[in-house]
Amino acid sequence: MTSPATKKQYDVIVVGSGAAGGQTAYTLSMEGVKVLMLEAGRNYVPERETPMFQTSDQAPLLGASTPEKAFGFHDATIDGGWTVPGEPYVQSTDDPHGRFAWWRSRMLGGRTNHWGRISLRNGPYDFKPHTRDGLGFDWPISYEDVAPYYDKVERLIGVYGTSEGLENTPNSSPGCLLPPPAPLVSDYLVRQRARRLGIPIVPGHRAVLTQQLDFKRSPALLHPGNLKAQKIIAQHMQQRAACIWATDCGRGCSIRANYQSTTVHLPPAVATGNLDIVCNAMVSQVVLGRNGLAAGVKFFDKATGAEHQATARVVVLAASACETARILLNSKSGLFPNGLANSSGKVGRYVMDTVGADLSGQIPLLESLPPQNEDGASGHAFYAPWWGYQDQQNGKLNFARGYHIEFGGGRRMPGAGTLRGLERLTGGSYGKKLKEDARRYYGSFVGFAGRGEMIPNENSYCEIDPHVKDKWGIPVLRFHWKWSEHETRQAAHMQKTFADIVQAMGGRVLSKVETDGANAIAPGGFIIHEVGGAIMGKDRQSSVTNEWCQTWDVKNLFLTDGAVFASNADKNPTLTIMALAWRAADHIADRMRRKEL
Amino acid sequence: MTDRRTTIKWMLSVAATMPLLHQRTWSQEITAQPAARGYGTDPDLTKLYRPGDVWPLTLSAAERRTAQALCNVILPDDGRSPDATSVGAVDFIDEWVSAPYPHQLQDRPVVLEGLAWMDAEALLRFEKYFAELDESQQHAICDDICYEPNAKPKFARAGAFFARYRDLTVGAFYSTPTGWKDIGYIGNVPLTKFEGPPADLLQKLGLGS
Repeated sequence: MTSPATKKQYDVIVVGSGAAGGQTAYTLSMEGVKVLMLEAGRNYVPERETPMFQTSDQAPLLGASTPEKAFGFHDATIDGGWTVPGEPYVQSTDDPHGRFAWWRSRMLGGRTNHWGRISLRNGPYDFKPHTRDGLGFDWPISYEDVAPYYDKVERLIGVYGTSEGLENTPNSSPGCLLPPPAPLVSDYLVRQRARRLGIPIVPGHRAVLTQQLDFKRSPALLHPGNLKAQKIIAQHMQQRAACIWATDCGRGCSIRANYQSTTVHLPPAVATGNLDIVCNAMVSQVVLGRNGLAAGVKFFDKATGAEHQATARVVVLAASACETARILLNSKSGLFPNGLANSSGKVGRYVMDTVGADLSGQIPLLESLPPQNEDGASGHAFYAPWWGYQDQQNGKLNFARGYHIEFGGGRRMPGAGTLRGLERLTGGSYGKKLKEDARRYYGSFVGFAGRGEMIPNENSYCEIDPHVKDKWGIPVLRFHWKWSEHETRQAAHMQKTFADIVQAMGGRVLSKVETDGANAIAPGGFIIHEVGGAIMGKDRQSSVTNEWCQTWDVKNLFLTDGAVFASNADKNPTLTIMALAWRAADHIADRMRRKEL
Repeated sequence: MTDRRTTIKWMLSVAATMPLLHQRTWSQEITAQPAARGYGTDPDLTKLYRPGDVWPLTLSAAERRTAQALCNVILPDDGRSPDATSVGAVDFIDEWVSAPYPHQLQDRPVVLEGLAWMDAEALLRFEKYFAELDESQQHAICDDICYEPNAKPKFARAGAFFARYRDLTVGAFYSTPTGWKDIGYIGNVPLTKFEGPPADLLQKLGLGS
């Protein structure tokens, strides 16, 4: 996919190739806009590079996590993880509660290659949180503005799930969702017992093709009146296979049965002839023209170290929330001494992650079950959307925002950590007894993970460190982090809820149930739902972009990644990133047609 | 062999309660150092790797003998599946303790000290190496260390070692096709349909609709 063609004239430069860059480039190139995409990592070809059926015992260390492959050997992350060689970031404090861990992935498609594929819509409340409880910020848009784009993204990428009509958990338009996968025994048990506690358990939403996409009907709905786009996407929808119910989605998918930018957005976009992609292009800054408009970007070719400049009518940053903020802050000029598009001083501010806490239980009812294939859709057949809106409105909870529960059990492919610490159940068996115990306990564990809303605050932000530079000489980010009590109390609530569910299942909790939220909560950045840093808003004083992801200060500069999020609902951000990117790209194409850009 | 036996006996006679720390010094004299580099941040994920492919294995022949004996005490042939060594558990443990990563470097002294302790204890009790003991003798030692919370204080460190070593052995064994078959993992095969659990199983568990 890589093209060296950087001397051509482009309409739009898109920096980044993940969910945001992929969607932006897809929409623009389908609309006939000439796009140059710059990706900081190497080219990546899922069809050739995905370890589909490789087993743990074929990987070094049985595939266990190491600093070089932090999510395990077969995880689809290249030159990335919590650290990237030669590309440091720094912390403002040694206090573990004040640190932010930043996951990056230097490869075409970025983090979409390995993500969990959980694709939840923000609800109406999630766009107007300040109106509801006086905390954080409202978005300048409402759910109704984004709903048509959620429909489009779901139709394009393929998302399974159901519409349940639950509070602040939107229905999709008919025909948008694929049928959910069959649940596992453990899923049914969680559903039965959690419901007794008043916790709703419904089918999850993930970007996995439980059946082939509707290549006959969807193209015309996605690209009305655009026959060329319809033809191309119909062809690519047919080339994507349905799930084969094997191999972990985190490895990526060579048959294109789940969403990753490299299998879903980029191939049809390239097929239009309107998209050129240059990999190993590390963007350092946006270049400002004398007219006060963005003229293009400067980037380093990682292979040669040479610095290049690319120019276009419009620049779109989709480099991931914090990387986008970094590029803006490093783009200093006489007009913008504190960084480009930063007259508000808000660039880098209000970085958010998701509140996370985990607990697992061992469930006697699930012991010694007959062997069955439980690979399924690799998790998240069911989930629990937040059920406490009324309690919060009535002041019954000591935290303001909600969380959803992701959970999973089953007879997963064994690896280095399988049945670790079994002596807690067996009293230390070894020998033939241990083999019997392993048969008994394998598959009897269920893990719960809470994913909750973080409210933006003044103490969680990134800025440019005055001293440290990366190997290309580009100044790096320094992070500041602080949870508020709304988040830590929520994490403690998660722990108690999970323990209650395990108990309701007749099981035993295997770890300490943390009542102190500060200990229960995962460190900042750990959930890898990095958003904020250049939020959208209703005016140029309090925000960096308008509702079109267009910076207030520079009208041909757009930010289409998570940086513009004004809040971070419990819903995993990727689907919303894509919906907003599509909406922004439609706006860009429209304004270009009208010669306003 | 004789030299090593003499060395250990000498050590034991000098200090019967010798701290494990000193034994680590001893084991490092006969084992190679772990590699400095790992597989990097962009390894070929589709390749099939065996222990020793990416970094050299470092356990000495004597350590591997003890390691093998202990793996097979932890997971022996029980008629239904073979012992842990037959599916490469020792190679995996050698790969693990020879790896250049923080977690593995932390486990390395635990495992090396532990293996040395197993032999020292075997010599102390039975005048033989652990690998040379009969099953009841091996069990006599393992029974004292197999559950750390119940172990006598003098066996606390050996108990911590045993717990770690058991986890490594279990991971190694059940990650292989042989282990899958024993434990009942029947996935990792492409299916045209995934239908979930059979209705009678759900019924039996009270989960039927």
